[in-house]
Amino acid sequence: MTTMTPELERKLALAVEKMPAFPKSVQKILELTRNLDVQPKDLVQVIEKDPVMTVKILKVLNSAYFSLPNKITSINHSVVYLGFNTIKNLALSVAAVGIMPKQNAAGFDIQQYLLHSLTTASIAKQLCSQYAKGIDPTDCYIAGLLHDFGKVVFAQFLPGEFRNAMEKAQADQIPLHEAEKLMIGADHTVVGSMLAEKWQFPKQLVDSIRHHHSAENDETAIWSSVFAANQISKKLGFGNSGNPCIEALPPAAEQFFKNDLDGIIAELGDLSKIHEESKLFSQMEGNP
Amino acid sequence: MKIRFWGVRGSIPSPGPNTLKYGGNTTCIEIRTDDNELIILDAGTGVFALSQTLLREMPVTANVFITHTHWDHIHGLPFFIPIFIPGNKLRLHGAFDPISGRGIEHIMEVQLQYSYFPVREAEMKAKIEYETLMPEQSIQIGSATITPTLLNHPVINFGYRVESHGKSVFFTGDHEPHYNIYPPEDESYAEYQSLITEKEKSILEALQGVDVLIADSSYTLEEYPSKKGWGHGTFDSTIELGKKTGAKIVYCTHHEPTRSDEALEKEFEKVLARHPRIEGDPEYRLAREGEEIIL
Repeated sequence: MTTMTPELERKLALAVEKMPAFPKSVQKILELTRNLDVQPKDLVQVIEKDPVMTVKILKVLNSAYFSLPNKITSINHSVVYLGFNTIKNLALSVAAVGIMPKQNAAGFDIQQYLLHSLTTASIAKQLCSQYAKGIDPTDCYIAGLLHDFGKVVFAQFLPGEFRNAMEKAQADQIPLHEAEKLMIGADHTVVGSMLAEKWQFPKQLVDSIRHHHSAENDETAIWSSVFAANQISKKLGFGNSGNPCIEALPPAAEQFFKNDLDGIIAELGDLSKIHEESKLFSQMEGNP
Repeated sequence: MKIRFWGVRGSIPSPGPNTLKYGGNTTCIEIRTDDNELIILDAGTGVFALSQTLLREMPVTANVFITHTHWDHIHGLPFFIPIFIPGNKLRLHGAFDPISGRGIEHIMEVQLQYSYFPVREAEMKAKIEYETLMPEQSIQIGSATITPTLLNHPVINFGYRVESHGKSVFFTGDHEPHYNIYPPEDESYAEYQSLITEKEKSILEALQGVDVLIADSSYTLEEYPSKKGWGHGTFDSTIELGKKTGAKIVYCTHHEPTRSDEALEKEFEKVLARHPRIEGDPEYRLAREGEEIIL
């Protein structure tokens, strides 16, 4: 499955359509929208913390129906183009699907996944601000938030195979994406990026998902930021996305930062605020 | 090109002694090209009176463009008489609705539910065609080129630019100028502002150099703060838009339903006093039901 058949791609895309969002965002969106005078910025802040919500909104915005001259890369961007009420109602319709259960047949910990994704997103954004002048930090945030989206898809729709992959990665202490290739035939970067491509997400976002474990990429700034943020999040134990291995920065990324991973961590300073905020949001109800 | 207003009222039909002069019907604008192609912008209640005049020239092909799906812009549609008569053709154009996931055919289905209207679509004798449009993708109707632009309203709203034989008109439908959702001290303020600037630039390009601009001017400056986010413009925002785009004539429309003729004229006077015309400025008018202009 190094390439997905159109049939499988369609099935996975359809399945994502029915995928529920995370408890905190569903709860917050229902709470905020009970008030007619909800502040748009408060709602945006909730949506952009939830990979499922974000994916579903970007999917509509970038669809052929709107054929917008510029691809939509952020939730703020989508509010400017489609209007706040449309985004609010899209979020509500996602919230109406239900709540992502903490338990799944794959044994993939959804809460830890969300914590890893959120911290990766925030660290990538901070890296972008510090190291990549001229690049929109929001692009790095979204790329970080969605980098492991393929894993949620696996957990929901290929739970048996994904469980085997996680167990193999753990037993052999190999990177999860290598284990996925062995047990499933393709890794989460392939599935995540193919869906992103099918949904016509901006090319740089598709590529950053596709290449977040690759040694290089055409685009350097977003790719380097997400690659490094992913490793930093794992190294500092912020959440867990099933990968036992921390990878060294590829030369191209080290060159970009003019530093190695430990050097970057030192330069970033205190990340405990990012960790705490992300923890608060990733908590599952009744399971703090 | 001929332009005629059949409905200029916003929100709800408002007939009565207070609205005799400007009219109480909701939004409907008829455009005739020099080749007599019929283009109708929105099908509020004003479309009923328009449809009666069409019985003289059957068979008709009516090219209706819906700015957005709120009632006051569509609820005349089931009473568009030509759809009951064989030989006529209705071509309905509008945006995709991301909430329902449906195209413009949805507005007929919703309105023609049997509990609400006695005739089913299958019983309508005219040929009805639907075309869901995409922003900035022009469509050709005979000599006319119509280009939709995404504007700002609670539902997806297209402004339409209609061009034919060198004449042009732009109708906003319902539109509130974009505003920043973050307070200035917020870290996201600047990013959001740059997105607004980019969007405003594309709107100005879409409107550039139109002969006639017809724009949503629901509120006064005093009323606006309590209606922010409702998706409507002010007299002043319309005038500014007209100036920026170099329009020759600017019509303020979507009159607030409780505003009497007298109050409307009084407000308009104040607005004109605030924006004294200088050389090159557009001519400002209040849209009035029944008014026709020839370009």
